[in-house]
Amino acid sequence: MASGAEITSQEYIKHHLQNLTVGEGFWAVHIDTLGWSIFLGLVFLYIFRSVAKKANSGVPGKLQCAVEMVVEFVDDSVKSTFHGKNPVIAPLALTIFVWVLLMNAMDWVPVDLIPRIFELFGVHYMKAVPTTDPNMTFALALGVFVLIIYYSIKVKGVGGFIKELTTQPFGHWSLYPVNFILEMVTLLARPLSLALRLFGNLYAGELIFLLIATIGLFQLPVHFLWAAFHLLVIPLQAFIFMMLTILYLSLAHEDH
Amino acid sequence: MNLNMTLVGELIAFIVFVIFCMKFVWPPIIGAIEARQATIADGLAASDRAAKELELAQEKATAQLREAKAQAADIIEAAKKRETQLVEEAAVKAQAEKDKILASGHAEIETERNQAKEELRQQVAVLAVAGAEKILERSIDAAAHSDILDKLVAEL
Repeated sequence: MASGAEITSQEYIKHHLQNLTVGEGFWAVHIDTLGWSIFLGLVFLYIFRSVAKKANSGVPGKLQCAVEMVVEFVDDSVKSTFHGKNPVIAPLALTIFVWVLLMNAMDWVPVDLIPRIFELFGVHYMKAVPTTDPNMTFALALGVFVLIIYYSIKVKGVGGFIKELTTQPFGHWSLYPVNFILEMVTLLARPLSLALRLFGNLYAGELIFLLIATIGLFQLPVHFLWAAFHLLVIPLQAFIFMMLTILYLSLAHEDH
Repeated sequence: MNLNMTLVGELIAFIVFVIFCMKFVWPPIIGAIEARQATIADGLAASDRAAKELELAQEKATAQLREAKAQAADIIEAAKKRETQLVEEAAVKAQAEKDKILASGHAEIETERNQAKEELRQQVAVLAVAGAEKILERSIDAAAHSDILDKLVAEL
């Protein structure tokens, strides 16, 4: 809840959607987004690495079972979509799935808890859900996009890739520029939709949590309902991001 | 939308995480999973094989048992036959023995009877002489009348 009566709900929400920023303009850095995302990424890698170090084919422990379930789930998803041989796609999908899941899961932390704790240390802005920052989601999408371009060129060659962009859907040479524009839109829409979908869903979710936090006494059951609804949204968005990444990369591998 | 250097930072973080995952996380875990899958598949195959072998062994044991039972029945049958045979043989032998013993008994009795007859004759002769002596009140010369006596004895 808002700390003082003098703060209107509008100000409260605005305050909560403000990133902890260092620098100005383009050179600004969102310390909170960067910090939380890297922290969560390290949590992911620490847990999985600790299992990987002890991994053996004998009877697995409980943590190993849990980790292996996730790994197998990702592996199955990759194998069902991508049929080639590529050592990058499966680890990439695993990293995206678990990392995005962890970052989305920060949405479940009560909206005021983390900002209040940091307030005690004199930090006035703290946005704890990294995926509500477009910088985060666009960074992921951009990484995937670079890989799409890289594998398209690697598998089909520069000529093959350009041919793919120009010779379809219309076969006649005079329509090649039109083809190119259409294919470029398709190509660019992929990372853009990836980034905006994740950002939009989580930003909206966070915004609703903030709105609920302004309604006073009845916010608890409503918070509970909205959090329960996020049991669906949070894993689903992580899964969609992973699945589309695999799909786009497998499309990049397809040679016509 | 507020895109800035954060994006670059996140991109670097993303790349580092993916490379770390690719090098140090994914291969050992998926390797362990696949090795375990292979072990389990082997185990299942082995258990299948063992079950089949067990079935085969049971069949074999049943067949052997049946054979043994048949053999036992045969042996008992043969033994019974032999027993009957032995009993018959013994009966025949016993009959022969009995006949032999009876025959020898008869012969003995005959001999003894003849002996007793002879003795009796002798004694009758003596008695007859004694009786005659009493009648004649005189001694008869046994030697002189032996021919008469012998005749008498022969008549008895």
